[in-house]
Amino acid sequence: MKKRSWGFLVGGLLVALLLAGVVSNFASPHPDGLDSSLRAGCTFDADDNITGGSCPAQAGREHELADSPFADYGLRGIDNPYLATGLSGVIGVLLTFAVGGGLFWLARRRNGPDTGEPAGDRTGTRVGAAG
Amino acid sequence: METLAMHIANGIIDGPVAAVFAAFALAVLAFCVLRARSDLDDRLAPMAGLVAAFIFAVQMLNFPIFTGAVSGHLLGGALAAILVGPWVGALCVAVVLIVQALVFGDGGVAMLGLNVTNMAIFGTAAAYLLVALLLRVLPRTPAVLAGVAFVASVVSVVVASQGFVLQYWLGGTTDLGNGLGGLAATLAGSHLLIGVGEGLITATTVVTVAKVRPDLVYALRGRRLTRPVSVPAVGGVR
Repeated sequence: MKKRSWGFLVGGLLVALLLAGVVSNFASPHPDGLDSSLRAGCTFDADDNITGGSCPAQAGREHELADSPFADYGLRGIDNPYLATGLSGVIGVLLTFAVGGGLFWLARRRNGPDTGEPAGDRTGTRVGAAG
Repeated sequence: METLAMHIANGIIDGPVAAVFAAFALAVLAFCVLRARSDLDDRLAPMAGLVAAFIFAVQMLNFPIFTGAVSGHLLGGALAAILVGPWVGALCVAVVLIVQALVFGDGGVAMLGLNVTNMAIFGTAAAYLLVALLLRVLPRTPAVLAGVAFVASVVSVVVASQGFVLQYWLGGTTDLGNGLGGLAATLAGSHLLIGVGEGLITATTVVTVAKVRPDLVYALRGRRLTRPVSVPAVGGVR
C-alpha cells in the first residue's frame, strides 16, 4: 500500500479511537428509537425495571453473553464508568478493525492492483475450494 | 445505571422467525462476499476494515432526538455504501453487528439475523440504490454529494426501522397496545429524526473523505468532485 494510504488509515483509526474512547462518554443515556417504542405501554422505575403495564420489551430475555467482560460496553473490574466505557470502546474499535480488515484481506483479489490478467492462484483457489 | 441496548434484544421476536431471518441474512452475506471480491484489492481491504471500525465507534454515540427522552445512533449503511460500495458496505455493517452481539452483549445472538437484515442489508441496499440513482443525474459537486449522502441516510434509516415492523408482524411476541400500524408510525417518526442525525454525520464524513482522498469514495469511482467556481466548499462541513 502507498504511503498516503497508510496515513489515511492511521488518521481514520485515531478519529475512531477518539470517538469511541472519549466522546462515547457524552452519548445520550436514553433508550434509542427502537427501544423506546418497545417500552411504550410500560412503566419503569429508576433502575429501569418494568413496574407495570404491557409492552413488547417485557418479553425481552437475558443476552446469551450477558456475562461477557465487555457486556453493555463496560469493562469488568473497572469501576470508573468513564474509564470502562472508554476502554471498552477502544477495544471495540481495534477488534472491529482487526476482524473486518482481516476478513476483507483474506477475501480480496490476489492479482495485482492494475494488471488486467487473472492471477493463477485465484483460479487455483477456486479449483481447490471446489475439490 | 441504564444499560446500553441498541439493537433487537432476545425474546422480542420469536425463535422460528429469527431463524428464518438468520438463514436469509447468511445467504445474502455469502452473496455479498462473492460480489465484494471484485471490489476488494490490496488497497480497499484495509479501508473497509477502517469503515467498519469507524461505524462501531460512531454507533456508540447516541444523540438525543425530539422529546429528549429518546436517543438515536448511526446505523452506518449509507456511509458504508457510499465509501466502499454496496457489497463490501453491507459486510462492514454486518461485522460491526456481529462484534457487538458476540463481545459487547448488544443485540441478542439469536436475533443477529434480524439485526443484520435490517441494518446491514436493507439499510445499505436502500442507501446505495438511491445514491447510484442520484449521482447519475446530478452534478458531482461537494454540496450535491453532501445532499445525496444526507437523503440516502434518512431513507436508509427509515427503511431499516420498517424492516423491524415486518419482523414484528411475522414473529412479534407481545400484543401491541396500538397495533402494528401504530408501531410502524412511531418507528418511522423517531427514525426520520434519527436519520437526520445520521445524515449530518454521513454527509460530513463523506465530504471530508472526498476532499482528502476522492479515490477512496466508491460512489465517485475515482472521479474528482467538480468544484463550483470561487465558492468555498459546503458551509459548516470541513
